[in-house]
Amino acid sequence: MKLNERSLAFYATCDAPVDNAGFLHKKGGRHAAYHRRWFVLRGNMLFYFEEPGSREPVGVIILEGCTVELVEAAEEFAFAVRFAGARVRTYVLAAESQAAMEGWVKALSRASFDYLRLVVRELEQQLAAMRAGGCPPPPCRPRALLPKENGCAVWSAETPAAPTGASPRARPGPEPPPLPPRRRASAPNGPLDSASFAQLHELYGQEVRALRSQWLRSRAQP
Amino acid sequence: MRYNEKELQALSRQPADLAAELGMRGPKKGSVVKRRLVKLVVNFLFYFRTDEAEPVGALLLEHCRVTHEEPTGFSISFIEDPERKYHFECCSEEQCQEWMGALRRASYEFMRRSVIFYRNEIQKMTGKDPLEQFGISEEARFQLSGLKA
Repeated sequence: MKLNERSLAFYATCDAPVDNAGFLHKKGGRHAAYHRRWFVLRGNMLFYFEEPGSREPVGVIILEGCTVELVEAAEEFAFAVRFAGARVRTYVLAAESQAAMEGWVKALSRASFDYLRLVVRELEQQLAAMRAGGCPPPPCRPRALLPKENGCAVWSAETPAAPTGASPRARPGPEPPPLPPRRRASAPNGPLDSASFAQLHELYGQEVRALRSQWLRSRAQP
Repeated sequence: MRYNEKELQALSRQPADLAAELGMRGPKKGSVVKRRLVKLVVNFLFYFRTDEAEPVGALLLEHCRVTHEEPTGFSISFIEDPERKYHFECCSEEQCQEWMGALRRASYEFMRRSVIFYRNEIQKMTGKDPLEQFGISEEARFQLSGLKA
């Protein structure tokens, strides 16, 4: 499969803040040795470099659809990034401290685009409900309709492409995003659309709680 | 650069956010228009030969620019090489606008800015951080300071 690797490399090394970074030991293969690499998490991409100053990543793990688990391994502070499929594929990684491991597990568990999209939708609905009047609703089943108008003049469906790449802003703060597309009954929706954000968050929360109790149990053992 | 191709292929089989048969022309000089099944899944644009199950290729859509190309087409280019354009031909102005809108929103970075924006707005209106109830208010990825000026 062709892939725009130059753009991938740019995304890996551009100077925006990263979502997590640090040294991890990566297992080469099932019976291979661990290699120490500099890992950078940005969005749903986990890049790894020979070292922090390297100009280009050695590789990338595309994280969409993965689960993150603790594993039994000879290495301390090990965890796994697992992909379901016809052949289960697992990346075993090891951090250099307990705190680093917990930080990575937390960051990677929430790295998917789908998760972020759910957060956006939930906040959109809260804001729309608030603007319509009344208190923000507690997190619950998503509404069927997205707001058509938000009464904010800065928002427009098509932001004109500015030649210099910088668009003028009426007020300080982050630039408001364009309106989301209106849902059409015929448009295909992903499977996660039927799960409310609260349900999915509870699911992730269960995973994290399971990981924690696993870790606590392993700590208790002599 | 190494990447987990099997997982990317699996991603290409997920339900699409948008999919259509479009004319597609690669960035190389002298390339011709070919019919492709183009499928948008999260922040990837996959393109397939119309009768094949595995994609010919994928484009990661981070830091891309989507430009209208007369009359009913658009192009995608990337910030590190703006002259290198992938061209797409739609069957109508409406389809073209639909794709352009969807592609501009199909990046992790766009979603991140949206969260930060909504969080800020809700906080201004209520004085409360809406991410607190989900236990993610301390996440590095949602901090206001994370935005470039």
